[in-house]
Amino acid sequence: MATRTWQRPSKGWWDRPAGRWAIGITIVVYLVIALQAIDINFARIARGWARLFEVGVGTQTEVVGQKIGEILRGLGESLAMAVIATPLGILLAIPIGFGAAHNVSTKWVYYICRSITVLSRGFHEIVIAILLVKMVGFGPLAGVLTLAIATVGFYGKLFAEAIEESDGSVREAVQASGAGWLQQMVFGIIPQVKPRMIGLGLYRLDINVRESTVIGVVGAGGIGATLETTFDRYEYVASAVILALIIGLVFALEAGAGWIRRRYL
Amino acid sequence: MMKTWQKRNRGEAIRSWIGWMIFIIALSAAWAPIARETQWEFLPTAPREGIDLLSRMFPPKWSIFPTLLKPLMDTIHIATLGTGLAVVLAFPLCWLAAGNTTPHKSLRYLALFIIASSRSISSFIWAFVFVMIVGPGMLAGILAIAVRSVGFMAKLSYEAIEEIAPEPVEALEAMGASRAQVRAFSILPQVVPAMLGICVFRWDINVRESAVIGYVGGGGLGLLLNSAINALYWREACLILLLVFALVLISEAVSAKLRARIAEW
Repeated sequence: MATRTWQRPSKGWWDRPAGRWAIGITIVVYLVIALQAIDINFARIARGWARLFEVGVGTQTEVVGQKIGEILRGLGESLAMAVIATPLGILLAIPIGFGAAHNVSTKWVYYICRSITVLSRGFHEIVIAILLVKMVGFGPLAGVLTLAIATVGFYGKLFAEAIEESDGSVREAVQASGAGWLQQMVFGIIPQVKPRMIGLGLYRLDINVRESTVIGVVGAGGIGATLETTFDRYEYVASAVILALIIGLVFALEAGAGWIRRRYL
Repeated sequence: MMKTWQKRNRGEAIRSWIGWMIFIIALSAAWAPIARETQWEFLPTAPREGIDLLSRMFPPKWSIFPTLLKPLMDTIHIATLGTGLAVVLAFPLCWLAAGNTTPHKSLRYLALFIIASSRSISSFIWAFVFVMIVGPGMLAGILAIAVRSVGFMAKLSYEAIEEIAPEPVEALEAMGASRAQVRAFSILPQVVPAMLGICVFRWDINVRESAVIGYVGGGGLGLLLNSAINALYWREACLILLLVFALVLISEAVSAKLRARIAEW
């Protein structure tokens, strides 16, 4: 009598030996094709690496001394852009979020609001910034508007999902007492999703601070332009100082957000 | 005297009032530098500029479509290879960072610091760093995407490891399994679905970013976008933007489908 040994039950085709081989081979074939598309220029890498050590550290620190005022101003501007853009974006996103939640909206409003969130999320902040710089000119106003528009898509979508997941019976109870639509929203929905609203707002502030350090590259204000210049000129100590300051800023914000979460959520 | 119902007691009311005051002061403090740096005289012409821009962008120049296919593939390669490289780096990192699997406390703090630093800097800024070292091209884009993704994936993965059910671990320990065996047969099976979901989620974000990372020298569609905009070929830029938009929508749909499948098991 042949003895039967225990075998782990498979969960699907991908869990059986043949399926595993098929997945493995697909990955290897893809890697071969994709890696061929990259043209690695070893001479350029060697040159780039060598240039890192060409400029003496003495000159490098001098550069930091000369630029420190500009760096701090740029970082402050980045932070200011995020601080203004986040509440502005959320303010615009709240009505759109209600419109984009199918349980509290009507069909046409739903489609319009969903399209707005999809359109806003389909374009990266850099793209929005390029277009806005063309419209309102160089400077932090373009950055504020960029971050606000990006916030509308992000916050509107997740806020709508929070509303869709909320308990409908609460709203029904408010409705039964004769409340109109707006009253149902304010007293039946908002109290349920308020912790999520605060949490999402803090999360988006965090993202906006990070993005605000980049969009300066296309002229939308903040530290981005200064940072790009330091990289172009191989002033890598100045670049490192800016990166460290950005990391510190994000750390501080995360600590602050954690404190608010513990207190209010 | 009759007491009327109030939502907040006196202490809560004062605290809420102080919170709002801090919020308003922060907003005004942030607004001051933005108002100072903005060239307001460009604002009234913004609608005209916007319409002008749209009229230059439409109709998109479909004739260049065939030349966009290679950069489109490059963009997908950047996202996929970047995600793959990030998985390789993040996998060991998340075991070091999780409180219940870390070999030593100091290693845990080192891992947490690497994760937080990687996450604090946007992939565009990482792209600057790698363009400086390896030169512009796909490789810089892949490295930038990978370095930014490591922190994101390791953070979500180590949180998943910390949230596992302890019973399977205890059962294996009671049978005398070694540390490595406990990890491979009781912790890993619990977190694999979460990790796969995180990979797919990050891949989708990376497609969004790799589509424009060429703007700062990372290869792919962004490179063409940059040259089209610099040459003021707005109709070409429009086609590229439409392509990016379609790519983002498709990758989001694919990612949502895959994640729903993964969540099912």
